[in-house]
Amino acid sequence: MRAFAELLDRLVLTPQRNAKIRLLADYFRTAPDPDRGYALAAIAGTLSLATVKPAMIRDLLLERMDEVLFRYSYDYVGDLAETVSLVWEPPAGVATHDIPLGDAIETLQTTGRANVRSVVRDMLDRLDTSARFAFLKLVTGGLRIGVSAKLAKQALAEMGGKDVSEIETLWHGLAPPYSPLFQWLAGEAEKPVLSTPAVFHSVMLATPVGEGDLDELDPRDFAAEWKWDGIRVQLANIGGTRRLYSRSGDEISGAFPDVLEAADFSGIIDGELLVGGTTRTNRATRTFSDLQQRLNRKTVSRKMLDEYPAFIRAYDVLFSGETDVRPEGFLARRALLSDLVERASPQHFDLSPLVPFSSWEELDRLRSDPPDPVIEGIMLKRLDSPYTAGRAKGPWFKWKRAPFNVDAVLMYAQRGHGKRSSYYSDFTFGVWTEIDGAETLVPVGKAYFGFTDAELEILDRFVRDNTTERFGPVRAVRAEPDFGFVVEVAFEGLNRSTRHKSGVAMRFPRIARLRQDKLPREADRLETLQAMIESKS
Amino acid sequence: MKPDALLYPAPKGLYCEIGDFYIDPVQPVDRALITHGHSDHARAGHGQVLATRETLDIMRIRYGDGFCGTSQAVALGETMVVNGVEVRFHPAGHVLGSAQISVMAKGTRIVVSGDYKRRRDPTCLSFEPVPCDVFITEATFGLPVFHHPDDRTEMHKLLTSLKQFPERTHVIGAYALGKAQRVIALLREQGYDEPIYIHGALQKLCDYYRGEGVDLGEIRPATLAADEKQDFAGTVVIGPPAAFSDRWARRFVDPLAIFASGWMMIRQRAKQRGVELPLVISDHCDWPELTQTIREIGPSEVWVTHGREEALVRWCELEGIAARPLHLVGYDDEGE
Repeated sequence: MRAFAELLDRLVLTPQRNAKIRLLADYFRTAPDPDRGYALAAIAGTLSLATVKPAMIRDLLLERMDEVLFRYSYDYVGDLAETVSLVWEPPAGVATHDIPLGDAIETLQTTGRANVRSVVRDMLDRLDTSARFAFLKLVTGGLRIGVSAKLAKQALAEMGGKDVSEIETLWHGLAPPYSPLFQWLAGEAEKPVLSTPAVFHSVMLATPVGEGDLDELDPRDFAAEWKWDGIRVQLANIGGTRRLYSRSGDEISGAFPDVLEAADFSGIIDGELLVGGTTRTNRATRTFSDLQQRLNRKTVSRKMLDEYPAFIRAYDVLFSGETDVRPEGFLARRALLSDLVERASPQHFDLSPLVPFSSWEELDRLRSDPPDPVIEGIMLKRLDSPYTAGRAKGPWFKWKRAPFNVDAVLMYAQRGHGKRSSYYSDFTFGVWTEIDGAETLVPVGKAYFGFTDAELEILDRFVRDNTTERFGPVRAVRAEPDFGFVVEVAFEGLNRSTRHKSGVAMRFPRIARLRQDKLPREADRLETLQAMIESKS
Repeated sequence: MKPDALLYPAPKGLYCEIGDFYIDPVQPVDRALITHGHSDHARAGHGQVLATRETLDIMRIRYGDGFCGTSQAVALGETMVVNGVEVRFHPAGHVLGSAQISVMAKGTRIVVSGDYKRRRDPTCLSFEPVPCDVFITEATFGLPVFHHPDDRTEMHKLLTSLKQFPERTHVIGAYALGKAQRVIALLREQGYDEPIYIHGALQKLCDYYRGEGVDLGEIRPATLAADEKQDFAGTVVIGPPAAFSDRWARRFVDPLAIFASGWMMIRQRAKQRGVELPLVISDHCDWPELTQTIREIGPSEVWVTHGREEALVRWCELEGIAARPLHLVGYDDEGE
């Protein structure tokens, strides 16, 4: 447990993705089985463990500790698991010694309800402070360490020198503690053979169209499709087992029972999950913010299903029945897909239409002014391209519509991490609106990239020279109608937000240009942003 | 006599009326007894200063020769009489030269601990328990959450990280007096023998520690000549905590932010400061050490100066020991 605890401590405080991967990969290399497998399960969210209520942990502590002292401690630390891990003192004579993570989890999994209290108490007595914290986070359910299942898989790939798509393909056929997986990655055993056919297959990704990329290419070799603004999914029905996965292989079946129920064909398709009506029912596709209502839910109410009906706009087919059709060319697969969609429920499936074009210039015009607000660009697919996992450059391109731009005023800045720890590099910016008759700036987003190193120097200097208030690592800067810093912010879209005071949230905002030529009073207004949302829905 | 008559908190600090002196006053006074060299305890501008030789040297390094009117070095364990009050200095284990000050008149003894710690520190003498009627303790880490781990475990984390991230500069924030030298000495004890780079603000104090016989190994300034291009990859750099959020830190390649402090016990503290590798190394007592010290000394009364007084006072109540907070102002309970 100690090694796992140390890993968690480091991960929580490490902001860089690559450093996290290294910490994880090093842990996976050195920790024994089954500990590393349970650690992986805890991080990737595949560990099943009856959880313990925080109230019980608190009770256990108060058996030994003065309530007033506990309250002072809890008020100071703010997190129950951390407080308990820090103040817990084993009775005299009980020496701390490490309990392997695997043992701890297996003990908990086999403990009956009646004995949970004493088992938890005993573990708390035996573990050291840091291990106690890890243990409490495990049993109360919720590590919250800023590591996704996707990142954990990346670390596994790094550990074994494999491609992450191989791991994603195996993932759903394996279960904690994943010993065969680790033995394969460590080079001690053959690649695990799955007893059931793999249901998730790594998806094919496109590379962005870069400067000059299309010059040498013949438009006649490519098909174009709209790039819809939903989430990319893979839907499988193999041997009667139906599953819906996000593009990184996370299962999201639970949130979309309507789509699963309608998937009465056999095979695996790739498509965009959207909310609203299909083209086959002649109703409009709805925006990403409507789709968000349906995401990240364990269960869905009847009302949700009625108000936010989900469907899949099919892009591709990987398996037709039990036949792997990925080696076929795009056009051949599309013919199969078209047949499949034709026979499927019209409310839940439609075929992503092709966009006819004869030149790149024509396509560029279509891209800049798409016919539907839920389109975020164009996809280009080579007619003869097989379906291959990952992001190879050449067969598929994505060509996004131009981003939205607004001029906003710098309001707050926060110091960055790692290389940027001595720079104010995370910026919150706002636009004007009238509140109680006064012109006021309201924050509309936060961005920490988009600028060059030289521009960062300028921004950093402005922040340091014009700080008005400090809140820990955050500084408020001067932002007045006639004095302040205007930045041009580019973003991919806008959602309504109840979390932000302004009521809007930007998607993928970045600082496109510094507008030192402008005064803050010339920056945009909230009403402009609100109108952008209105026009979309 | 009643302890309150011997020593009481006044606006300028703890005052002994009979002896007409202050202990660690926060404003200039005629006569000051100083426990140790940290700037919130040892201020410039007093008339006469009594302190250990090391503390006087440190004050001179920090404030220059004219830091007070006259100074008098006090040897540890030596009894001195100031206007009829018996005064004695005892080691406090906090930083080089740190002392507790025992004050006695008419059979009543009060010990002012100043800042102190109980664990071994290769850079200073260990704390010595002194029996007394009233023990005045600090409470910087006076909450049951503070259980500082073994120094060696913490140093081990640093050494592991140096192996794991050999391309990054390991920049350690540590207070210039005491903590920085202790971190260096601990690293040396663990067998780290590469040169250690330091911020200019640490130079004089490191030189002084060395002159006092503390082994710090090879130390180099973390500075660059105008034409020099060194990236400090894989090295250990130590500087005052504030320097790392400053432009100074830009000379380092991909710095890994480390902070050596007792506060690093709390994850959120580390996170707020952007620390990636917290090292829990404290020059103050943790909670078990505070409570064990009070038990060991067995005073009839405990007065709590600065830090988290309320929890320690509560603990004393539960133990049946008379205790009260002194509410002294001007001491920096965060500076660790």
